[in-house]
Amino acid sequence: AAAESSDSEEDLVSYGSALQPLQEGERIKKPVPLQEQTVKDAKGRYQRFHGAFTGGFSAGYFNTVGTKEGWTPSAFVSSRQKRADRTILGPEDFMDEEDLSEFGIAPKDITTTDDFASKAKDRIKEKARQIAGVVAAIPGTTAFDDLIGPSKITVGVELLRKMGWKEGQGIGPRVKRKPCRQKPDPTVKIYGCALPPGLSEGSEDEEDEYQPENVTFAPKDVMPVDLTPKENVHGLGYKGLDPSQALFGVSGREHLNLFTGGSEETNNLLGDLRHSKGRKLGITGQAFGVGALEEEDDDIYATDTLSKYDTVLKDEEPGDGLYGWTAPKQYKSKKRPERELKYIGKILDGFSLASKSSGPIKIYPPPNLPRNYRPVHYFRPVIAAGNDNYHLQKALEESTGKRESDPTQQSRHALNAAQRREQLGETGLKGPAPSVLDYLSEKDRERLKEMKQASEEQMKAKIVAQQSRNSRFQSASSDDGSHKWEMLLGGQLANAGSSDFKPFAKNPEKQKRYENFVKSLKQGEKDTLERFLDPNMTEWERGREREEFCRAAVFYRSSHSTLSSRFTRAKYEDDVDKVEVPRDQENNIDDKEAAVKMKMFGKLTRDKFEWHPDKLLCKRFNVRDPYPDSSVVGLPKVKRDKYSVFNFLTTPEPTTSVTQATNEKIQDSNLLNKPKKPSRWDVSDKEKEKKDSISEFISLARSKADVQQQPPVPATEECGTGPSETLPTLVTNEDKNQEEEGRRPPMDLFKAIFVSSSDEKSSSSEEESDEEEQPTTSVRESETTKQVHVPDSSSSNVQESVTATTDSGISSLPTSKQELDAAQEFGPKLPPAFSSGRFCKLLDRKEKHRKIRERHKTKKERKRKKEKKKKHKKQKNKEKHKNKKSEKESSSDTTDSSDSLSSVDTTGLSSKELLRR
Amino acid sequence: MVFPRPRPARPELPRQRVQTLQCGQGAGCPFGGPVRGSRGSLLSPPADGNYCLTCGSDKTLKLWNPHKGTALRTYQGHGYEVLDAAGSFDNSQICSGGADKAVALWDVSTGQVVRKYRGHAGKVNCVQFNEEATVIVSGSIDSTVRCWDCRSRRPDPVQVLDEAKDGVSSVKLSAHEILTGSVDGRVRRYDLRVGQLCSDYIGSPITSVCFSKDGQCVLAASLDSTLRLLDKDTGELLGEYTGHRSTTYRLDCVLSEQDTHVGCASEDGHVYFWDLVEGSLVLTLPVGQAVVQSLAFHPRLPCLLAACQGQVTLWREDTFQPEGDPD
Repeated sequence: AAAESSDSEEDLVSYGSALQPLQEGERIKKPVPLQEQTVKDAKGRYQRFHGAFTGGFSAGYFNTVGTKEGWTPSAFVSSRQKRADRTILGPEDFMDEEDLSEFGIAPKDITTTDDFASKAKDRIKEKARQIAGVVAAIPGTTAFDDLIGPSKITVGVELLRKMGWKEGQGIGPRVKRKPCRQKPDPTVKIYGCALPPGLSEGSEDEEDEYQPENVTFAPKDVMPVDLTPKENVHGLGYKGLDPSQALFGVSGREHLNLFTGGSEETNNLLGDLRHSKGRKLGITGQAFGVGALEEEDDDIYATDTLSKYDTVLKDEEPGDGLYGWTAPKQYKSKKRPERELKYIGKILDGFSLASKSSGPIKIYPPPNLPRNYRPVHYFRPVIAAGNDNYHLQKALEESTGKRESDPTQQSRHALNAAQRREQLGETGLKGPAPSVLDYLSEKDRERLKEMKQASEEQMKAKIVAQQSRNSRFQSASSDDGSHKWEMLLGGQLANAGSSDFKPFAKNPEKQKRYENFVKSLKQGEKDTLERFLDPNMTEWERGREREEFCRAAVFYRSSHSTLSSRFTRAKYEDDVDKVEVPRDQENNIDDKEAAVKMKMFGKLTRDKFEWHPDKLLCKRFNVRDPYPDSSVVGLPKVKRDKYSVFNFLTTPEPTTSVTQATNEKIQDSNLLNKPKKPSRWDVSDKEKEKKDSISEFISLARSKADVQQQPPVPATEECGTGPSETLPTLVTNEDKNQEEEGRRPPMDLFKAIFVSSSDEKSSSSEEESDEEEQPTTSVRESETTKQVHVPDSSSSNVQESVTATTDSGISSLPTSKQELDAAQEFGPKLPPAFSSGRFCKLLDRKEKHRKIRERHKTKKERKRKKEKKKKHKKQKNKEKHKNKKSEKESSSDTTDSSDSLSSVDTTGLSSKELLRR
Repeated sequence: MVFPRPRPARPELPRQRVQTLQCGQGAGCPFGGPVRGSRGSLLSPPADGNYCLTCGSDKTLKLWNPHKGTALRTYQGHGYEVLDAAGSFDNSQICSGGADKAVALWDVSTGQVVRKYRGHAGKVNCVQFNEEATVIVSGSIDSTVRCWDCRSRRPDPVQVLDEAKDGVSSVKLSAHEILTGSVDGRVRRYDLRVGQLCSDYIGSPITSVCFSKDGQCVLAASLDSTLRLLDKDTGELLGEYTGHRSTTYRLDCVLSEQDTHVGCASEDGHVYFWDLVEGSLVLTLPVGQAVVQSLAFHPRLPCLLAACQGQVTLWREDTFQPEGDPD
């Protein structure tokens, strides 16, 4: 358009270049579509745009190192004479030229390299060079480098230096100061509050005394305020990992030491050393894996062990090491004046820093709110609903627009639950609605009603449309039924269900009275309390009790009603009151302890349970799953009532099933199991010779516990008393004889048990006792054959009396009839043991399995005996040896009658008793 | 007592001190008392008895050749004292349990922890491998016995046996049984094959249990200074062995290699041996001054290891020549 403007208009300004003038017959060029517009770089190469996330531009040929013709590797020609020189490719080899230009990604500009930089700049590197020089092959070569040091220092610094300035000092006239203040400690940053003034000031004053007056110091170097804006989202003071340090500055083994500056310096030193040594730099360390050229592949799978970590606080910490982490360190900056800490920055003209820090700002906490404070303000004045105020109230309500002319138009929130229920047409809850009136005593209620009636009448006379808010009050007043309260209360109480609330459980009479009172209340009777009160009580007591009852009723009702109105019954039965209890529990240990004491291991001390091993466990143990169909693991569990008594009682189910096995079974198992353990070298042929004594010892050992419990007997007789405890109950005479001649108990077992007592002595004494006993037993035999059935308990005593020769033995005898009666009390009679007296010796030779069987039976009996023995002791002094026999006979007579019964009893009973254990 | 004429060779008992291993474990006990410092135990395989494991309050396990008296390897990785260790049948793995409530499975040759099983709520008192070293059974003071799977990577136990009412002091395994002794005074035998749990009431806290070699009997040591030999099937008392002192510590009981004798450590620094059948005290070995903390009997030879005061002593029969090859 500018071109078409005529030349005549000189003052027009033209912008841009003019279009080519259209030729005749030429078509107007179509604009290039967007997708065909291409961008080429300076060398005419296409630049493809990939989008922001892929870098925005492409590099190379479609982001590859190749060309359109493909990638050609660098020619590699090697011969014996001419080896291919190893070229180390840098990143620059893969970059385009324009990347290195001023606006490229790696702009190149000319800088002085470290080799030509001033050495004075950092002392550390200098030191490193020195060290390198010493270590190097030709020591001292670096010294020449120092001679020709190119200067990189600016002119200003040079000038300053010439004026006497040194690095680290401030600029300005010298001041009187402590030298230590010259160095600001950059490592210590203090944010927030200053140090307590006493600390720093005191130390400052203290050191001032030693300050020579004529010494001046250079001013403090000013720390330039870092004005670079924080543009990132890192935390304050965050510094990214220094690549030089991360890659080769610090060896991979050590972790970065962030705390001590000194070690960092040494690390730098080391790093320089390595560099100078020509060690191949690269990425090392575990975090980056091990490269193919790395040699240290010995710990590819290194595990992190605890030993690599510091577990002890090192003593490198400053100070005497008395402080822990949190204790104040001995700061170097302790001596710093606080005013330096407070304000770092430019001080405005005309202002100076305060020498004293203002005290900490006192913070006044907000006042404590009273407990009942509610942060809502009611503006409506509260007016008593009296007659006088009615108009006023009405006016107020009108003014606020809250007037409630009709209860039906009351707002939703003004209704209570009962009213809402009525409106919705729902049936009321079963639980009684709580009402204050329910809790009042009769008299009070009466009085209240009267008062209310009076007031209501007054109200009615004056007011037409006023309705009481309280529906209950309203109904009560309108219906005017004085006994309606009674009915109401009675009905509610009747609804309340059983009164398991017993406030006076301690005093049953009182509780009874209270219950009567409540009952009569339920039935709607009047004057109930007076009737049920104790007539013997004084007036004061009555009053007191009345009060108590009322209060108890209130308490009961209130708790009940409030709770019942809040909760509804669950629709489905919950599992809450059921707990999973292992079905089989180990029985109570009292019986077991007794059994252990008597060394009656076996059925009595054993509990057997069904136990389900895990399937995997069976697999691992190469065992077939005993319960392939069950999903139970462990002991089977059953659901039981949580509060059931049975949870606390042990359930003997498993043992019953097991111990239902009768004595015969036990016998069988004994037969099976006992002879399993014969030991070859211990079974002797001669054992028969000593059989008597040994078997006696065995029985002694078996009934050791009983022996201990028995009254002291002469030492020589000690073995004789043993068998008396293990009385046969079922075995007949003939059996015994047979067994005596027939089977022998396995010797090894006897020996095993008989250990502690010396062999020779006891055996010899035993034989003596045998001889002694022989005549007495024969005498006894005549007696017992006459009275065939002698109760076991007495017979055992008889036997004791036989064996006992001294007074101590006598003392244990039951002689009086009382005792026998007492014995009968303790349980059913035991079967006749007519043989016990005579065959005490035979018993000694009995087989062990039989004894075990007997033991089960006689266990109960033993318990009885224990009890008896206590009694024996009481009567110890009374008894005499003379009347022993006669009384014994009489006792046997008394028990004679019940013999047949008892014999029957024990067969069944012993097993039953066993089951109970 | 007279013995039958065709009688087999009289079993020998270890009566002679042959070797002493200064394992030093538990020597630095901070409270002076002989707390369970080191436990010597023969590496469990019945076919082998060449090695010995000790563990203790220095949080390590040590593998020894007790016959030569050489320490072979130290295994560290437990956080607290190690209370028990056991070896697998092929000597390739070790399991251990300690006060860090963890059960560790070790590789013998590399010395590394293969796995750590955590789940016990208290100190692990005892560990055992099963026959094929596929399961570790550990008993803890938290009154549970846990069976850990060594095959899978499962972190939780295969099964928890929580029937004990008090801490489990000892666990032994047979081919298909788990035998546990608990402080609640019961010896429990879980029979996997039958699917039955037999609980025998002893009364006094059980310190150690073990099977007899024939698998028919169970020996239980309890804190009333009594060892009881119970019939496994019926629970009946077959023998009772007294004379030693065991009232406080968890002491071990052993059966000799042919089930002929019963041995038990004692708090008076001796090891007592009774004839299994007669029940008579046969031998008293003076091991040390303090409590004999651990005992182990060689599976085939009359050879005993006893740990006391941080050292393990090896005892052999009288006829044994120290120069001879131990096997």
